[in-house]
Amino acid sequence: MTDWPAVLQIVVITLLVAGTSTLIGAALGIPAGAFVALKKFRGRNFVRTLAFTFYGFPPVLAGLLVYLLLSRSGPLGALGWLFTPMGMIVAQSVLIVPIVMGVTISAVMAVERRLHDTALTLGADERQWRATAIHEARVGVVTAVMVGFGRAVSEVGAVLIVGGNIAGQTRVLTTAIVLETSQAHYVEASVFGVILFVIAFAIFAILQRLQREGTV
Amino acid sequence: MTVALALHGVEKSYGGKGVLRSINAEVSAGEVFALVGPSGAGKTTVLRLLDLLEGPDAGEIRYHGRTVRLGSPEALAQRRRMAMIMQNPTTFRATVFENVAYGLWLRGVSEEGIRGPAFAALEFVGLLDRAQEPAAGLSGGEQQRVAFARAAVLRPEVLLLDEFTSNLDPANVRLLEEATRRYRRETGATVVIVTHNLFQAKRLADRVGLLLDGRIVEVAPTHAFFENPSRPETRAFLSGEMAY
Repeated sequence: MTDWPAVLQIVVITLLVAGTSTLIGAALGIPAGAFVALKKFRGRNFVRTLAFTFYGFPPVLAGLLVYLLLSRSGPLGALGWLFTPMGMIVAQSVLIVPIVMGVTISAVMAVERRLHDTALTLGADERQWRATAIHEARVGVVTAVMVGFGRAVSEVGAVLIVGGNIAGQTRVLTTAIVLETSQAHYVEASVFGVILFVIAFAIFAILQRLQREGTV
Repeated sequence: MTVALALHGVEKSYGGKGVLRSINAEVSAGEVFALVGPSGAGKTTVLRLLDLLEGPDAGEIRYHGRTVRLGSPEALAQRRRMAMIMQNPTTFRATVFENVAYGLWLRGVSEEGIRGPAFAALEFVGLLDRAQEPAAGLSGGEQQRVAFARAAVLRPEVLLLDEFTSNLDPANVRLLEEATRRYRRETGATVVIVTHNLFQAKRLADRVGLLLDGRIVEVAPTHAFFENPSRPETRAFLSGEMAY
């Protein structure tokens, strides 16, 4: 029989870790992406390529790197974040920031090509143009956040390594599915799968509504 | 009449290819000057240089006798005394009203100060009843009328029109040409039109210049330009004998 309080706890930890990682990804990735898209500087193409390369960064590798950083003998070991939700948030943020940044770069650059000259001919200075470009790219920026959240909520490798899948502390829906499947508890694994799908659907529906409102 | 715009020995190239070769021209304040020529002659480049979107490689452009340095506060101030309407209308992801209000908002005009002029500009181009609709939902012709209203609301001293009716149906062409005449009549603005539509140049311009291969070949009052051109290149262009 399903232990619903434990399931609820897993859902809460999942939302906490994925939500916080997405917020960090948005807070760092959106300004960084807008900067790269709008500012011409040496090495700009390299930074873009790097951001796009990180789209395919293996989560287990990110997990390993963060594990080494946070382990007792690592440079950030004193923080005591290994096998805690904080460590999992750090690992997921490492994966999400480049994704949000990369999608934002594409969205803002598309606006740049379309509207830069129009804004300038109407009297925009550089600062006003940057504000206009980010505002115009808002649908793409929401897409960036959606893609980032999608990566966070479905990610398993990094959170498993850094979090350790400890019941009531660091167990999230994806790691719970892995555990239940490995123990041949297919019904429980499926229940977690359905819950994960419903949560993702609800959050994407909200974000999509935000997107539609931004398409005036 | 005072000279509003003057180009002296202006040159511009892209990727080593010369687009403009020593352009010399003057446009008087309050006149409608049409620059005609085949596609790829460099007409749009002239407008982009006039609007300070980019700078010339050589030569200088004077605005009422003064030069301005690209990127300087004077350049922004000068650009804000002009407005350009491009060939393909681009609208912001906003309502028709917000599109027209954009330039006023950039200039720090208050919400109350924006409403009157923006609605008047929309009435000017016959789009008052569409003010609250998303601009992206309008037809190409209507979007170009929004672009005209968006420029006219700023009351620019210089209006730069880049093939502004080339993709439109006859009704919208007529409407925008009439809006141009009316705007010039009411404000005394200087208008520079770039077009390969000779009939449009004939209908709107006081003087016409022919740009060929990055050089201005001939400038003359409209009637003389079309009825009695002095250069063989102009005669060949007007008669359609010139292949390009």
